[in-house]
Amino acid sequence: MSRFRTYLSEHFETIFRWFSMLCAGTVLFIMAGMFFNLSWNARLAIHKFGLAFLWNEVWDPVLHEYGALSSIYGTLVSTAIAMVIAVPMSVVIALFLVELAHPTLAKVVGTAIELLAAIPSIIYGMWGLFVFAPIMAETIQPLLQERLGLEKAPGIGVLFSGPPMGIGMLTAGLILALMILPFISAVMRDVFAMVPAVVKESAYGMGSTTWEVTRKVTLRYGIQGIIGACFLGLGRALGETMAVTFVIGNAHRISPSLYDAGNSIASTLANEFAEASEPIYLHALIYLGLVLLVMTFIIQLIAQWWVRRLKKTMGGGL
Amino acid sequence: MKKADNRRRREMADLGIKILSGAAAFIGIFFLGWILWTVARQGVAALSLDFFTKLPAPPGIAGGGLANAIVGTLIITFLATLLGVPLGLFTGVYLSEFGRDGRFGTLVRFTMNITMGIPSIIVGLFVYTVLVLPVGHFSAYAGAVSLAIIMLPVVARTTEDMLGLVPHALREAALALGMPRWRMILSILFRAARSGLLTGILLAVARVSGETAPLLFTAMSSPYWMKSLAEPTANLTVTIFNYAMSPFDDWKQLAWGAALLIMTAVLTVNILARFLLKEKTK
Repeated sequence: MSRFRTYLSEHFETIFRWFSMLCAGTVLFIMAGMFFNLSWNARLAIHKFGLAFLWNEVWDPVLHEYGALSSIYGTLVSTAIAMVIAVPMSVVIALFLVELAHPTLAKVVGTAIELLAAIPSIIYGMWGLFVFAPIMAETIQPLLQERLGLEKAPGIGVLFSGPPMGIGMLTAGLILALMILPFISAVMRDVFAMVPAVVKESAYGMGSTTWEVTRKVTLRYGIQGIIGACFLGLGRALGETMAVTFVIGNAHRISPSLYDAGNSIASTLANEFAEASEPIYLHALIYLGLVLLVMTFIIQLIAQWWVRRLKKTMGGGL
Repeated sequence: MKKADNRRRREMADLGIKILSGAAAFIGIFFLGWILWTVARQGVAALSLDFFTKLPAPPGIAGGGLANAIVGTLIITFLATLLGVPLGLFTGVYLSEFGRDGRFGTLVRFTMNITMGIPSIIVGLFVYTVLVLPVGHFSAYAGAVSLAIIMLPVVARTTEDMLGLVPHALREAALALGMPRWRMILSILFRAARSGLLTGILLAVARVSGETAPLLFTAMSSPYWMKSLAEPTANLTVTIFNYAMSPFDDWKQLAWGAALLIMTAVLTVNILARFLLKEKTK
């Protein structure tokens, strides 16, 4: 009896190990399944349009000609706007939290910014459509155009041309910036906090100001971590759906003006999926999803590789 | 003379950056407050007894509520937790206890981190091709599976991290007493890491309960009560999307109410989770 029980418990050990290994394997299965299933269910579109799908600007559900260029363009432009605004802001917010603020204040502000990251994206979308877009249309966009004279500015004037409608590429980029800001600043705060105090103190000892210590010591020391944080934020911005869908305007066109309506891959999927009754339309949409999957996969791959390299050179803690 | 000028310039630059960083932090908080305030103000006006007890009314007819969507969100989130949490826990156990440095463990960890960065809309699309397209209809279980896939890596990662924090001496003591590993994991490690694991689970639940994009292609929505798991199911987030985009003021009002409900739930769970973690570190 006792031998039987020993046998059972030994056996259970193996079962337990295999079961947990099986659970761990599901994530590989899911990842492989995503690529396979999306490719297979996009086969009609892949067969018909091939790789030219990527640089074809036409998206015509009536004549069934589909190209991803306007969606890819919108995804990249809205992400670029978000990164340009969110990255410098995250650096100074992290600086504030780590170097400047009193620890209690830093904790309160830090928590508030983390809560900003927890708000569901659909709420950003609703707020963006009903509250922020009207303000953009009535105040901010005319201000940029007329008061600051950006419409007539050489070179970049075309970015700010056209009627201020509120919704459009610029608004989508700004909301996106607000969404990834807490995400990037949280990682940057951790990177800043990892810089050894001795290194900073020696710079202070030489008479450096806080900003000089940050610029010449902290930023340099943490540059790899900062780049890692940017990649993570980038991946998030590329695939953000609901917040963008509400405010980007959903027009399949490529316009040089940031005031114009556009679309992104995710917003096209969210908007048109219910209308896709024809198989070729559905397959074109899934093909679009596959393009987004490949884009984010590559970004994540680079980010992971980067973070791993970082761990090797700087030790754990990230 | 020149030296003093230089010093002044450096101090001014320093002051400028300090003001800028304070302002940036303030802007972050300002937007948080603004969003919370807007949703609270607009949402409170929509909340009433009808909101929690009635079905949505057709456009043009006043009144109606989102009772079916509230039930739907609860059921879908519950099913997702039921599926995603055990899978995530055991994945974390494998990574921490069995496959820490092995080739398979490294591959799983790497893939898991990438999965965390895959947009939720793609997860929804994937589940659509697996569970909706072959059977020909949207369903609550497809919605639950897509949310579970989003939960899995989050739970697995916190589990691995939290088990990693348990001191080795505890493991050794348990094994030295002749305890099998599974017993050691379930009754020693899980107990030692209890509040950390719970925090991870709560954060994962909070994260998926606000997800919209994956449910668009899986649970979809419905104006009726759900009768089974195998049919399109009303849920709060997709309802917000549909109603907020509609031209009817009544519906927009309901959407604000739903937004308030979801936001309150998500933030409450988040704060609860933080509180738990703080208790633990004390």
